[in-house]
Amino acid sequence: MSTTQPTTAIGKAAHFTETRVGASVLVREFGRKIFPSHWSFMLGEVALYSFVIVILSGTFLTFFFHPAMGELHYEGPWAPLRGVEISEAYNSTLAISFEIRGGLFIRQMHHWGALLFVAALSIHMLRVFFTGAFRRPRELNWVVGVLLVIMGMAAGFTGYSLPDDLLSGNGLRIIDGIIKSLPLVGTYISYFLFGGEFPGIDIVSRLYTLHIMIVPALLIALIGIHLVFVVVHKHTQYPGAGNTEKNVVGEPVLPTFAAKGGGFFFLIFGLISLISALFTINPIWNYGPYDPSPVSAGTQPDWYIGWADGFLRIVPGWLEFYIAGWPISLNINSAVLVMGGVFGAMFIYPFFESWLLKDKREHHILDRPRNNPTRTAIGVAGIIFYCNMWAAASGDIIAVFFQMSLNDMIYIFRILFFVGPVIGYIITKRMCIALQRKDREIALHGRETANIIRLPHGEFLERHEALPPHKLWKLTAFESPSYIPAEPNAEGKITGLEKFRARLSRFFFEDRVAPVTKQELEASHHDHDSVEGDDHKQIGH
Amino acid sequence: MALVVLLLVGLLLTGGAYALFTQTSSAKADTASSSDIEEGKKLFAANCATCHGLNAEGSKAGPGLIGVGAAAVDFQVGTGRMPLQANGPQARVKEPQFDDEQTAQLAAYVASLGPGPSIPEEEYLDASKGDPAAGGGLFRTNCAMCHNVVGAGGALTRGKYAPNLSEVSEKHLYEAMQTGPQNMPIFNDANLTPDDKRDVIAYVREVSENPSPGGFKLGSLGPVAEGLFIWFFGLAAVIGMTVWLSSRSK
Repeated sequence: MSTTQPTTAIGKAAHFTETRVGASVLVREFGRKIFPSHWSFMLGEVALYSFVIVILSGTFLTFFFHPAMGELHYEGPWAPLRGVEISEAYNSTLAISFEIRGGLFIRQMHHWGALLFVAALSIHMLRVFFTGAFRRPRELNWVVGVLLVIMGMAAGFTGYSLPDDLLSGNGLRIIDGIIKSLPLVGTYISYFLFGGEFPGIDIVSRLYTLHIMIVPALLIALIGIHLVFVVVHKHTQYPGAGNTEKNVVGEPVLPTFAAKGGGFFFLIFGLISLISALFTINPIWNYGPYDPSPVSAGTQPDWYIGWADGFLRIVPGWLEFYIAGWPISLNINSAVLVMGGVFGAMFIYPFFESWLLKDKREHHILDRPRNNPTRTAIGVAGIIFYCNMWAAASGDIIAVFFQMSLNDMIYIFRILFFVGPVIGYIITKRMCIALQRKDREIALHGRETANIIRLPHGEFLERHEALPPHKLWKLTAFESPSYIPAEPNAEGKITGLEKFRARLSRFFFEDRVAPVTKQELEASHHDHDSVEGDDHKQIGH
Repeated sequence: MALVVLLLVGLLLTGGAYALFTQTSSAKADTASSSDIEEGKKLFAANCATCHGLNAEGSKAGPGLIGVGAAAVDFQVGTGRMPLQANGPQARVKEPQFDDEQTAQLAAYVASLGPGPSIPEEEYLDASKGDPAAGGGLFRTNCAMCHNVVGAGGALTRGKYAPNLSEVSEKHLYEAMQTGPQNMPIFNDANLTPDDKRDVIAYVREVSENPSPGGFKLGSLGPVAEGLFIWFFGLAAVIGMTVWLSSRSK
């Protein structure tokens, strides 16, 4: 060792670590990662932080929860249940709520945190979609993200079913029904899962294993992959002066981003604590023990399963029919098809868009949603498709609150199921194109200042102000996807698939607003100069 | 012709006897004075006869009331549901139009038309004598599918609904079970004994008067209210934080 040895305590500790694990590489590489600052880039962080809170509070709950379905008589402090025969799982959840110090608070944190986790996941995913952040090289990270949503739902549902109260049992009964509606294998899977006829005495302990081990392990693994990908790919950024495909403009992890992120974690922690301290969630003591016969009015799943429940509420019963004596229960198992369809569409979308646009380039600059009207419209159509089913799950509550007929609500949801996404697509696309035209107008003719001036010969004009260059850049520097006609492949043939792609491409991209070109920009300035003469350079029309 | 008459007489006899036997368990000796009945008859003619008929025999606009008993009148008029405010899938609760005395007179008149369930006795209305846990079991099996597990209410078909029970008095709860108003089924004494009904009342009182252990109840409507809350308040707060945090960096 030719270098000088450290003399201070911290120096020695740092040297010890460095010579054994090489920590400086981590600090040097990761610490200098740049993260652009924008509010919409922090939504994924919210999901991560609420997940951490859910893991912490969930660990506390495992110390007191008994995942067993043996029967006993309730002897605890909640009078409306005293003496009622309940399961050990339900009994321990009641004990957590009423007898373990701080138990109810932690239980509510766990549940509110879980709701926030999936909500934050969802809007993070919408942000990524609408800004085109899933494009190469991030397609696989998008796929990981979709898997995270599915795992988040699985984690939530397995947890919802654990307390063995009436509500969770009703939820499980629907799952049992969906499983049994699967052709050929349904009954076998149901008997295997429940250890016999529903509800059996095994399901809580089995769901517990899934809920506290397998699903969280998968979630943690997927989150790890997701974050590694973020570091490897570098963060995307919005279009702006100085932001290019080759740089990332923002703040380094150390010290700024890390400090900010740490603070943000505690803000989220505080928010979930505040909500949990003030607002009841899943008051299991109200629901009573599970018994397969009663179903309460207002029985709904947690919000993220709502869309599947809503689909089951609006699907017509006549979809069940018999073929040679075998029942085909499309009235139930079509829910599986719809869920599979939605997630399937999410999985393939990045690859679909790249194929449709013949775009294999890397993209690190994000799209403003208006600058890709087709994608934005498809996204909105998807949101409407989802939200319609979601609302259908609460059709009964909407009917009571707005004094509507429940039957009419179902008809409305059924119509919107088909029509809503189409209307949403058309309106969104037109709105995006209109916004692009407005941007184009502003880029070419400047901003309206509302200053009216009168010319010597009496004409009135509004003064238009040219945009500062960095704003002009934002309005003009984007790519507008356009229709690509069918092209022959290497062998000189136009394949059927290519013809199909061309037709789709025409449908999606025929209507477009081209970005303002340099020539147009110069021409517009030139016009003003020539028309208005010497001292009214900025006057437009 | 004689055969038809004979059949009619036979049917009337068996039907009448059946009605008598099933109703006697709750029919009570008529204690109302004849002046109450007279007053009730006047009120009835002025306020109810348009739909229910001058002699409460019913019309196209409303059911006959002979044999519905004092309990039904006390419930419908006492909660303000009758006289009906507007035609609709279901009579809505409003401020009662008659005071207690007038309601009692109307009830006495209708009760005088034929035997029916009478206004429940005080001892069955005392929630403190009931067993809320037993009532909870009965409630979940018989009531919760429409009224929700804690009586927060719920939707029925075609605009009908099961109302929220938290503000309903013990007497009206009992009468509703006894007479099955609007779209509610009748839980007669053979189905739910007076003691059972008292247990149900004890349960409803217990869950609607108990302070909520977990904080604000969000209407006790379950996951829908919770989901709305996390999206419109939780997530809104989160987005506010993100905008705040990212605005400081400039």
